[in-house]
Amino acid sequence: MLLHLTDEQEFVRDTTSKFLGNEAPVSDVRKLRDNPDGFDRSYWRRGAELGWTSFLVRPNAGGGSVSGRGLIDLTLIAHEFGRNAAPGPLLPTNLVAAALGWSATESNAAESNATEILPGLLDGTEIATWCYEEHPGRRLADIELEVNVDGQEVVINGSKRPVEAAGQASHLLVTGRTGPGLTQVIVPAGAPGVTITPMDSVDLTRRFYMVKFANVRLPFKSVLGGPGEAGPQVERLVRHALVLQCAESVGAMERGFEMTVEWGFDRYSFGRPLASYQALKHRFADMKSWLEAGHAISDAAADAVESDSDDAAELASAAKAFVGHYGGEVLQDCVQIHGGIGVTFEHDLHLFLRRLTVNRMVYGTPAEHRQRLADLAFPEGAL
Amino acid sequence: MTVDGIEDVESFRRRARNWISTNLEPRSNRPQARLGIVQNEDDDLAAIARERDIQRQLFEAGLAGVCVSPEYGGQGLTRAHQQALNEELCGYEYPSRIQVPTFSPCASVLLEFGTDAQKRAHLPAILRGEELWMQLLSEPSGGSDVAAALTTAVRDGDEWVLNGSKIWTTGAWWSDWGLCLARTNWDVPKHRGLTVFILPLHQPGIEIHRIEMLNGDKEFCQEFLTDVRVPDSDRIGEVDEGWTVGVRWMFHERMLYNSPLVTRPPDSGQGGGVMRPVAQVARDSGLSEDRLVRDLVGEARMLEIVESRLLERISAGIRSGTMSDQSSAIGRLFHGVAAARTRTISCEVAGSAGAAWTNDDGEAAGAGIEFVMRQASCIGGGTTEMARNVISERVLGMPRERTPDRDTPFRDVPRSASAGSRRDN
Repeated sequence: MLLHLTDEQEFVRDTTSKFLGNEAPVSDVRKLRDNPDGFDRSYWRRGAELGWTSFLVRPNAGGGSVSGRGLIDLTLIAHEFGRNAAPGPLLPTNLVAAALGWSATESNAAESNATEILPGLLDGTEIATWCYEEHPGRRLADIELEVNVDGQEVVINGSKRPVEAAGQASHLLVTGRTGPGLTQVIVPAGAPGVTITPMDSVDLTRRFYMVKFANVRLPFKSVLGGPGEAGPQVERLVRHALVLQCAESVGAMERGFEMTVEWGFDRYSFGRPLASYQALKHRFADMKSWLEAGHAISDAAADAVESDSDDAAELASAAKAFVGHYGGEVLQDCVQIHGGIGVTFEHDLHLFLRRLTVNRMVYGTPAEHRQRLADLAFPEGAL
Repeated sequence: MTVDGIEDVESFRRRARNWISTNLEPRSNRPQARLGIVQNEDDDLAAIARERDIQRQLFEAGLAGVCVSPEYGGQGLTRAHQQALNEELCGYEYPSRIQVPTFSPCASVLLEFGTDAQKRAHLPAILRGEELWMQLLSEPSGGSDVAAALTTAVRDGDEWVLNGSKIWTTGAWWSDWGLCLARTNWDVPKHRGLTVFILPLHQPGIEIHRIEMLNGDKEFCQEFLTDVRVPDSDRIGEVDEGWTVGVRWMFHERMLYNSPLVTRPPDSGQGGGVMRPVAQVARDSGLSEDRLVRDLVGEARMLEIVESRLLERISAGIRSGTMSDQSSAIGRLFHGVAAARTRTISCEVAGSAGAAWTNDDGEAAGAGIEFVMRQASCIGGGTTEMARNVISERVLGMPRERTPDRDTPFRDVPRSASAGSRRDN
């Protein structure tokens, strides 16, 4: 997280931190394992009042940020979500709200999409999600789902997985291919031909689904922007996803690390605290360096993506490659230093490890983002 | 154009750009010790002379000592101006050997602890390229334990007489002045009996031996000091208070990549130009389309990007007081480990051209030699193990390692059997 916050940013961060501490204490998170939605709707509506869903949307579309740089402000919320392993569809709802807001100025049709759907997302009464990734093992940019134009309608065929909160969403933002270009369509979750099937997952509160589209027909106005022209918007949305995911993962790393430092001081073996053993002190030092590096690259990526600067793609991938991999190293070391209690359901540590594990593997693994960095290093021949 | 009497950054940048493009040559990034062949001394001396010359020209053009006060010959500008100069030097030659340790830590220590007379005597000369400095800090007996210095300074009227040996001094054979940590009191615990001095290196009482490293580099030296007389006016800080100076000295050493006194274009590589551009190795090996190689190149690039952002974060945190000075050890640790990993990657990517090469192998040649020297990044400037101790003990507040020498008069502290007696050739 940023080293230096403005007073307003600190207020927003602190408000969310206290709210999560009261409304979704870590000790209660594991009870949501049996909740089909994974979160409580009234909790989400009250969170929306704190700004959770509005930072990426312009004020004249009903949103608004604290600093004028909404993505940076939202990373503060994501960080607190990570620190608390908090429930709720923060990433998917914000991504769809952002995409609706971006396209709202492009045409009257897009404007009407935004005015119909955005208010419910902003006040927390409705949830939306982005259907982007397709098959495991594929590269992030390999989109096969087809969106074909048929007169005044578009027809969608294909499938997406994993899609977070699809079972709770009123609307799905679907990325597909129209010829050589990408197209984004906003689809009511209940549209004929849409099948949403729950998947099993690692996280206790996040619900993931397989979503199938079989000849789903929608009016042409459901397309955000022009058919085949959504490439830049999709890339921008992926970068937003990576930034938010990394901010959250760093929050999870930080909390796990703090718990383990505390354990190091409190736990005695052979008459000494664990924190007095040099073998362990050196591991704590490595973890600290990875944690600070995670903060640094995650903030740098947020800044670049918010500014849409030339190095935004590189920094976003560097952040995911680093935080994805080293976040895992930090939290697994935390488990190791806790010993047996670290692999029990009773202890809180796994809540952060679960969150990190999911974040590591969606929107591209660290290996995939290393490949992306190589593509940027070899502009002459991207594989 | 000026703002509040200070030249604004953009006008400074334009001035720097014009001057650089007219006066400097494009930089050759060829690693110096790439073939593992002992270097030619004349070439080294010619390179040093060229760097002194560039430094003098920078001074005359008003581009030296950007953040140093005008009363000591500097420009009295800001970190942002220095950053602009660094950026404009991308792709051009610059006085790389003069930056470290001359500007940081040596000039930083002079600025922080020197008397006004000492600063007036040396800082303008440093800025003009007339004085190159090095650090007489480590000793053959001590390793990481620099406070256990055995080099002794004994007072004789208005002078001090120094005897002992120092080691790992970069470029001592072509440098002019040294910053030296010496023991002035053997009857108190080790940290309380040290004093810092400055002294000219080329004088009868100092013998300088060059040490050959695994890659053929002979920049590191060992010095033998025999009855070297230093006037008391060349003492830095108080008598027996040398550790106060030493702590900041080592801080400046750890922070050198973020020092406002150091001129270093961002394309020069964190390790002073020794980190091999891995992507180029892959191209020269003909492996840039290989998926495994691309994964490794991506990892190297990731480490490079993350390291630079981490150093910025730590530097900003220390400047604002949200992080302690000791947090500089976090950057030191990360740099050491990342550089070592990058050399491993480079070796992996170079394949057999890292083991045996011809002149046609480009950047892939010499990757094996760099691998042989890999641990240098985790040793030089304080080992990564010391950094881990500092992070765990000083940053995280964990219990200190047992140090039986802390409260014992240094005279009575047990020492290695060979301490101080070894004389390398």
